Amino acid sequence: MSGKKAVLLQGNEACVKGALTAGLRFFAGYPITPSSEIAEQASIELPKVGGCFMQMEDEIASMGCALGASLTGVKSMTATSGPGFSLKQELIGFGAMAEIPVVIVSIMRMGPSTGLPTSPAAGDIMQAKWGTHGDHPAICICPTSVKEMHDLTVAAFNYAEKYRTPVMLMTDEVIAHMREGVVFEDHYEVIDRVHPAPYEEGYLPYACEEGSLVPPMAAYGEGYRFHVTGLSHDESGFPTNSPAVNDRLIRRLCAKVEADADNIVIYDEYMTGDCGTLFVAYGSVARTSLYIVKQLRAQGIKAGLFIPKTIWPFPEKAYQKIIAGGRVKNVIVPEMNMGQLVLEVDRITKTQASVVGIPKVSGELFKTEELYEKVMAVI
Amino acid sequence: MSERIEFRLSGSGGQGIITAGIILAEAGIFDGVYALQSQSYGPEARGGSSKAEVVISKEPIDYPKATVPNYLLCLTNESFNLYGLTADQKTVVIADSSVDTSKADREIVKAPILQTAHGELKPLVANIVALSFLVGFTGVVSRESVVAAVMGRIPKGTEALNQKAIDAGFRLADELKK
Repeated sequence: MSGKKAVLLQGNEACVKGALTAGLRFFAGYPITPSSEIAEQASIELPKVGGCFMQMEDEIASMGCALGASLTGVKSMTATSGPGFSLKQELIGFGAMAEIPVVIVSIMRMGPSTGLPTSPAAGDIMQAKWGTHGDHPAICICPTSVKEMHDLTVAAFNYAEKYRTPVMLMTDEVIAHMREGVVFEDHYEVIDRVHPAPYEEGYLPYACEEGSLVPPMAAYGEGYRFHVTGLSHDESGFPTNSPAVNDRLIRRLCAKVEADADNIVIYDEYMTGDCGTLFVAYGSVARTSLYIVKQLRAQGIKAGLFIPKTIWPFPEKAYQKIIAGGRVKNVIVPEMNMGQLVLEVDRITKTQASVVGIPKVSGELFKTEELYEKVMAVI
Repeated sequence: MSERIEFRLSGSGGQGIITAGIILAEAGIFDGVYALQSQSYGPEARGGSSKAEVVISKEPIDYPKATVPNYLLCLTNESFNLYGLTADQKTVVIADSSVDTSKADREIVKAPILQTAHGELKPLVANIVALSFLVGFTGVVSRESVVAAVMGRIPKGTEALNQKAIDAGFRLADELKK
């Protein structure tokens, strides 16, 4: 390792450290395995920096509380797992519609329903995009290591603030609960929401400045009067039934993320330069896949790995660059679900390569020999 | 992957197996190598089966769990029956002396870890005796680092007791290696 000293941290612990690096000052939550250490750490650390931790009566209240705190100008977060993530969905949509920055951490465990509380899974990644009704922007970040639990939590806050939207940080129980040595970077870029000009009569809380799709955001308590609603609204923030206004609003909300996807996507690739077999994997499965890629390489099989760290937006261009040209024959998507991201990968691949999903729903991480055998049966 | 050393520590919930794994990984970090600790456990806080795994490597660690553990520690009959009886021949299986290993058709390293903790010390530090035994026996991380890691992770006021537990574990390892 480098000269800087590593510290041993748990994934969930690193997440809270990252949130504090990004400026977290408010946490509302309701404990749920395997995310409870996030609430626990937040309750210990937030008072030390003048922040506030609030344990709420349930998951829905936690989401509402986190959104409300953000409207007062503080960086805000909640953490949960599948059952709580389901309960929070309506308010996540409210956050998207009302353009409230907030970070929702959801540590995936085996579902549906209460499922296997202490076991890893990845069954909620489509829910991250489609869980709440209506078209809305979706940013979902998926760390594969404890270091990334820190660094990508910083990114999650930055995106929430930059695009004024709920951002989801989702990984599985393995990454959240494991401990690894972390060497922090010397510096982390921190983005804060843009504040509007001083309040004047006629202030329009949802008016964008020229060339921007994101309205500056005032905080309650600073003298701005504004209305926040989940109803379709115009620039004044008040509801309207105008078809033209609604059309413009929904298109702008989606475009905030879609039009700037190049600046949002995060990914890693290993040995993709000459690969004929490409793995696409995320969360802890990316770690198993990397092991297998090295194993296959040692046997002379040209394998590579693409790791989307943003599941939404999916790093389409980077992925397409790898498969363009027809060198990649097989794309293998092992997932701890019945096959979710494989659908997106298949959509983007079109017919350029054969896309094979390897589903696993036993509540365990893919074992190395198990994945190896399944892959050898395919390639 | 010869640089990669894997441990699987198993026992019952409440024995401090996961804490022992954390401290082992931290000792690795103190030694300046890569270390990764993971765990699996049931919904029971106490009494159920408990497992911690630690990977120590000079190279960055990809797969976070044990593949074929180099060392397996079993503190209970249940954990031995679960992991010990099916362990790979390459795995060094270490069991507490109280564990019935008669069904195994292979060499098992046995040490009176629980007896030492319960008799001379306190049941509370059985995990520290186990950990220091493991470190003393395998030499995968340095003894200095494991002492430092233990001292950094225990409640204030328990230093003397834990130091005794560490010494006892090292002593068991040294006796066995003679």
